[in-house]
Amino acid sequence: MEGILVRKIKDGTVIDHIPAGMAFTVLRILGLVRSPESRLAVIVNTDSGKYGRKDIIKIENKYIEGDLLNKIALIAPHATINIIKDYEIVEKYRVDLPDKIENVVRCSNPVCITNSDREAVTPSFNVVSKSPVRLKCTYCGRYTEFDDIIKQFTEK
Amino acid sequence: MSWKGRDVINILDFSREDLDLLFQLANRFADEDYRGNDLENRMAALLFLEPSTRTMYSFMSAVYRLGGKPITLSKTEASSIAKGETFGDTIRMFDSYSDIIIVRDRREGAAKYAADLADSPVINGGDGAHNHPTQAMIDLFTITRYRGGVDGLKVGVLGDLKYGRAAASFILGLTIYDPDTIYLISPESLKLKKEVKDYLDSVGVRYFETEDLMEVISELDVLYVTRIQKERFPDPLEYERVRGSYKIDLSTLSNAKDDLMVMHPLPRVDEISTDVDNSKYQYYFKQARNGVYLRMALLKLILGD
Repeated sequence: MEGILVRKIKDGTVIDHIPAGMAFTVLRILGLVRSPESRLAVIVNTDSGKYGRKDIIKIENKYIEGDLLNKIALIAPHATINIIKDYEIVEKYRVDLPDKIENVVRCSNPVCITNSDREAVTPSFNVVSKSPVRLKCTYCGRYTEFDDIIKQFTEK
Repeated sequence: MSWKGRDVINILDFSREDLDLLFQLANRFADEDYRGNDLENRMAALLFLEPSTRTMYSFMSAVYRLGGKPITLSKTEASSIAKGETFGDTIRMFDSYSDIIIVRDRREGAAKYAADLADSPVINGGDGAHNHPTQAMIDLFTITRYRGGVDGLKVGVLGDLKYGRAAASFILGLTIYDPDTIYLISPESLKLKKEVKDYLDSVGVRYFETEDLMEVISELDVLYVTRIQKERFPDPLEYERVRGSYKIDLSTLSNAKDDLMVMHPLPRVDEISTDVDNSKYQYYFKQARNGVYLRMALLKLILGD
């Protein structure tokens, strides 16, 4: 289906199984919105056997790794990452949130110590649920949930 | 787990065995109205960056009674903080001046952050609406001292369960034991936080939520009363209505069990009428007195040889 819409990429990353409508948020997370160097294709609301509808992002000449994968997993827990080299998929895996994450999102509690501007304290969470995501702050004990996270990723 | 050098951040960091040991020593201190030199040459930093009288002075009294020296910094005299020093730097300084740090701050998680930074043990004296572990220890100790334990009891917690850190810590502390049922009695808008309720579900403790104290009063072995603050209500009329229905006096207690314990972390305003003060139900002043012995036991176990 997407072959009709967008050609294959030679080298880079294809992020598949993004929940329908979330592709642009994923782009924001990746810092690829208004990024003149990157060549990418975004396919929105395409058919997916498993999940009804899904979004796909194809990024040329860029490989996604580390904390960025955890950020994607927060809002697209079933996303798969395909690493493409010379038109072939050389690696394919699903994003997977670890049981603890640090420094990826802010705590939703405004009076949490991790939200104090001048204190050098790293936000840290236990992952209570992966889909839908629910994080529990290891400092204040409050939940940070999907809607809080989307808000953080989409605000300027 | 050994008590020596331990931080006290959250009541759930402690097991029943830990608390048994603590309460044994607190019982001895209470029975003897103990004074000693157990903390001779030891210094305790009391950093109260949010107003406190009870917690701060009972800790101070505990330090003096054990022959230690308190170094205090309270909000009004926190000159370094007024000059713009960070909380983290204040903790590092006092860590080098003292053998233990007792800290209160309005920011939730502040005590854990202090414990991350300090080499000395840190005791949480209250962090916003989050935790107040030593108050929970005092509450559990008071029940244990006069009832022999918490297991099998029907415990009601009344008032502001959403913002009240003492209530939340007490409720979590109850789960270390095996109470029959916890009755959560509060107005709709001040119900227990989801995070705490989820914890109750995860450990399988039986609880029952209601807005109506009179529905459950005759069942209770313990009634833990907390203050409902006016500023939590956008509508003053709603506040007046709620306040009226959660006020405890002797007529409220007419259907209560003979040996009901009425407790309160204090300060009280008017949620318990003074006519209860001289009744058999009154345990809140005993609870406050136990606070000193419990905190003495805590300091001795953490700093003792």
